[in-house]
Amino acid sequence: MNIDENIKTLIVKKPLKLDCGQTINNFPLAYETYGSLNKNKDNAILVCHALTGDQFITGLNPITKKEGWWSYAVGPNKSIDTNKYFVMCVNVIGGCMGSFGPSHINPETKKKYATDFPVITINDIVNAQQNLLDYFGIKKLFSVVGGSMGGMQVLQFVSNFPERTKTAVPIACTSSHSAQNIAFNELGRQAITADHNWLEGKYSSNNTVPDKGLAVARMAAHITYLSKKGLQEKFGRNLQERDHLKFGFDADFQIESYLRYQGSVFVDRFDANSYLYITRAMDYFDLVKQYNGNLSDAFKNTKAKFFIISFTSDWLYPTQENKDIVIALNAIGADVGFVEIESDKGHDSFLLDVPDFLKALKNFLDKSYIE
Amino acid sequence: MKPEYKIIASLVDQSTRVLDVGCDDGTLMELLKKNQYVDIRGIDISKEKVQICISKGLTVIEGNAEFDLKQFPNNSFDYVILGRTLQAFINPEIVIKELLRVGRKAIVTIPNFGHWRVRLNLLTKGTMPVTKTLPNAWYNTPNLHMCTIKDFFNFSKAMNFKIFKSLGLNNKDVSNINSDNLFFKNLFSELGIFLIEN
Repeated sequence: MNIDENIKTLIVKKPLKLDCGQTINNFPLAYETYGSLNKNKDNAILVCHALTGDQFITGLNPITKKEGWWSYAVGPNKSIDTNKYFVMCVNVIGGCMGSFGPSHINPETKKKYATDFPVITINDIVNAQQNLLDYFGIKKLFSVVGGSMGGMQVLQFVSNFPERTKTAVPIACTSSHSAQNIAFNELGRQAITADHNWLEGKYSSNNTVPDKGLAVARMAAHITYLSKKGLQEKFGRNLQERDHLKFGFDADFQIESYLRYQGSVFVDRFDANSYLYITRAMDYFDLVKQYNGNLSDAFKNTKAKFFIISFTSDWLYPTQENKDIVIALNAIGADVGFVEIESDKGHDSFLLDVPDFLKALKNFLDKSYIE
Repeated sequence: MKPEYKIIASLVDQSTRVLDVGCDDGTLMELLKKNQYVDIRGIDISKEKVQICISKGLTVIEGNAEFDLKQFPNNSFDYVILGRTLQAFINPEIVIKELLRVGRKAIVTIPNFGHWRVRLNLLTKGTMPVTKTLPNAWYNTPNLHMCTIKDFFNFSKAMNFKIFKSLGLNNKDVSNINSDNLFFKNLFSELGIFLIEN
């Protein structure tokens, strides 16, 4: 996807040294904001998006023409109340909604970077988006909030910039990407690279896209975002617009049709190479290892108030992995609250209409704001 | 508000760090925050109660004190409070040890099974007592290890912890318990409140 007039972009002049060793400069950061920054500049919330999210959190996404990915949680009078807070979100570097990523043109070759783009990490993503705070002159955020990969960014943000936020809300995430999650990401990457249209990443020069591979990657990932119970209740063994099995390989079952649909709409809005890069950043995320096996050390310099939220049916980032963060924080006497929300909607719960979750998030933020 | 909350608050020094184990809806936490200016944290097993605490702006984690106290370092709190729940744990012995490891002091309250009404109930009716402080039937009570105030005194000797202060609560009357009046206080107190230390 190319730069669009609907995309706000900040060109970062300051060089950024990436974990892979390369340095980037003069790179674009695409962002969106909601609400208004107050005089004291103390009402800002940085929302960090997940793997396939983007900066368009709520309302109509001007590029995809669909509802923003966190419309349930963000907006006027919602959990993250845009009447009260100035909400910012940055498209991650490596992404495909305007920030510096593999679909940008390499000035040296005049072609898209594709797989010549440097491998980025969650640490790089966070270090890049910090530039937006400087741009708006925000010394200290009121909060940094995110679910899934967004939650990893929250943890990394507090560890990198311990004094730049008053509160932090990592949701349905982990401090160290598990073998199971690396495995699912690898499955997705293999699906993409096995597509004969992938062309070692240089598909755009041939005017093709590895849409079949990317769709399969999305389908597999989508299953991991749901729960067995949720799937069974929503689809069961219901048939798709037919009364009998067709004894073929069409989508007989509703669940098959649903997954195919999810795959097909995804390829219209997401870049295959970005999918490779961002899943890699998730796999490399290991805050425990970064602090030599002691996660508490990641947070020892911060006074931020934490609120950690997990979901009962989330088997991708299960409660125990979220609790490990709580334990590390309690071990250093940090201010940390925690709740596990009852939900059948799996990992996706944080994106959906789950009233207990939305209520907890709102109460935490609003009460912390007046303190 | 439970009648013992003000008594518990009177046992807590100002500007200290406090952990309320089984903090329920956070009423005691709020009282301590307001009156004693303490830095207070709570832990509760119920999601609903944790939600209520969050709506009050209290720092609470959802967890089971039987397993989740181990995440807190030694002496990380000045006081750890355990209200009316010691008898509900699978292993009260370990829980008491954990309270005194995590906190320099602990405040423990117990519904007194030695109260005359409880004893009379069992003696005359021959059924497990159901009273104001023990409202459940034997088959649905969360209480696994009922004890009396006298039992708690003996427990302190067996477990080798000190009882700094012990108070008996009957209706709204509070009185000190000592070895001389233990027999009577064990008969007439509905609730025992203990400030203990290793």
